[in-house]
Amino acid sequence: MTIKPGEPEGVSPRTATDAMEVRGLTPSGSPRIAHRAGSDVPFFVVMGGLGGSFVLLIVAMLAADLAFTSPQHFAAALSKPEIQRAIQLTLVSCSISALLSIWVATPLGYLLSRFSFRGRWLIDTLIDIPVVLPPLVIGLSLLILFHLPLGDTNLERIMQESFGVRVTYAEPAVVLAQFSVACAFAVQTMRVTFDQIDARAEQVAMTLGCRRSRAFLEIALPQAWRGIVAALTIAWARSLGEFGPILVFAGATRMRTEVLSTTVFLELSVGQLEAAVAVSLLMVLAAMAVLGVVRLVGAKVVR
Amino acid sequence: MIELHDITIRSGPFALTNVNLSIPENTYAVLMGGTGQGKTTILEAICGLRTVASGRVLLNGSDMTRWKPGDRGVGYVPQDLALFPMMTVRGHLEFALRVRHCSAAMIKERVAELAHVLGIESLLARRVTNLSGGESQRVALGRALSFRPRVLLMDEPLNALDEATRDRLCELLRSVQKQTGLTTLHVTHSRVEARNLAEKLFVLESGQLREQPLTQLNPLSTENAKT
Repeated sequence: MTIKPGEPEGVSPRTATDAMEVRGLTPSGSPRIAHRAGSDVPFFVVMGGLGGSFVLLIVAMLAADLAFTSPQHFAAALSKPEIQRAIQLTLVSCSISALLSIWVATPLGYLLSRFSFRGRWLIDTLIDIPVVLPPLVIGLSLLILFHLPLGDTNLERIMQESFGVRVTYAEPAVVLAQFSVACAFAVQTMRVTFDQIDARAEQVAMTLGCRRSRAFLEIALPQAWRGIVAALTIAWARSLGEFGPILVFAGATRMRTEVLSTTVFLELSVGQLEAAVAVSLLMVLAAMAVLGVVRLVGAKVVR
Repeated sequence: MIELHDITIRSGPFALTNVNLSIPENTYAVLMGGTGQGKTTILEAICGLRTVASGRVLLNGSDMTRWKPGDRGVGYVPQDLALFPMMTVRGHLEFALRVRHCSAAMIKERVAELAHVLGIESLLARRVTNLSGGESQRVALGRALSFRPRVLLMDEPLNALDEATRDRLCELLRSVQKQTGLTTLHVTHSRVEARNLAEKLFVLESGQLREQPLTQLNPLSTENAKT
């Protein structure tokens, strides 16, 4: 076919269909309906504007905290023995509750991910209760659980008499309060982790002669290690932020059951705003450090 | 020897009823059939990964219908291979032997032997995540053969391979079967593969599993009639 004069330059139609396209005709010969898709700028302005407002809010809050405090406030807060003790208890209790959470969440997440059984929906719902319940209610429920009369005794008394451990209004209550919420988040993370791991490899392992336990330990678990790190971090961070249940179940006794979130509350309630903000920033730093570690570890795994 | 007697398998709306199959000792059987007919389901029933509603599964004459997958001694190469992402090639070949508490010397010898037969000696230390398609197939085959299984089941093992690799692997499968005398069931929808390998041919169509004469695979019969 030949190219007729009058056709747009820079386009060289090679077939009859191409030539029709250039002339603004569909292959059937009818005129094409004119249309330009238009700019994508409004899309990014609206989406970015809405999404960005949240990022801006976080940055603004942190900036305000920073502007309010000073290195002197920081040093003064950190030199208080109550706060030093609270930092110590926070680090220890968060780590214990995060480790306990992983210990429980890994098997539970695996079972929920791999097996469908009657009543699984009920377990699913139960696990989510700590996530949606007001934190105060969890604290109250723990308190009630440990002091509900069981015959002529109660759980608290059993713990004290049999194990010599005081729970309520003591350090174990801090860990238990943190664990009750943190574990729910860890289970969700572990479940998603195992959902994303193909169960086929474990099945093949079983045809090779091993039991489920070995397939879990040698095939599934090594693949889940990124999820385990993520769940551990999430549990740690949740524990760090826990306040309501600790207040109700462990109390806010200085030098005894005071964790950093309690410190903020206590300092605030006596008008020590500077100390409260300094401790808040300390918690922000701890949270950011934890998130940074996860990113770092995650990146290494990908490489 | 692989025998299925009146097997019924149900999974949701899908059901296979009264499936019968008999593959004699030392035979390379090929099972063909369209997508979604339940070929994989039959393999899973044989290796115990899917419970059957009724009927019996016999391997080398023993009724293994209620046996756990690990006790059946079936070498299984699934369609997606399902290699173990965190293990080396050597780890794959050793796994079943370690499960069986074989001695280190025996494991070493067996791995060397398998690696030689499959031509994967140079890959032993590598992780499986970045092997080529053909290499992965060899590893999956090696893993299934490592513990000298009673029977070998392969689910479309040569799919998604280029033609040259496919031909080489076909050759390998045939020679391995000759050497080991292993009763083999190979699922495929490729006539070429079936023609190259099959000593017995089964076709699964509309829930019916039937043995067909090998002449069915003759290029002059159905295939040519279609084109």
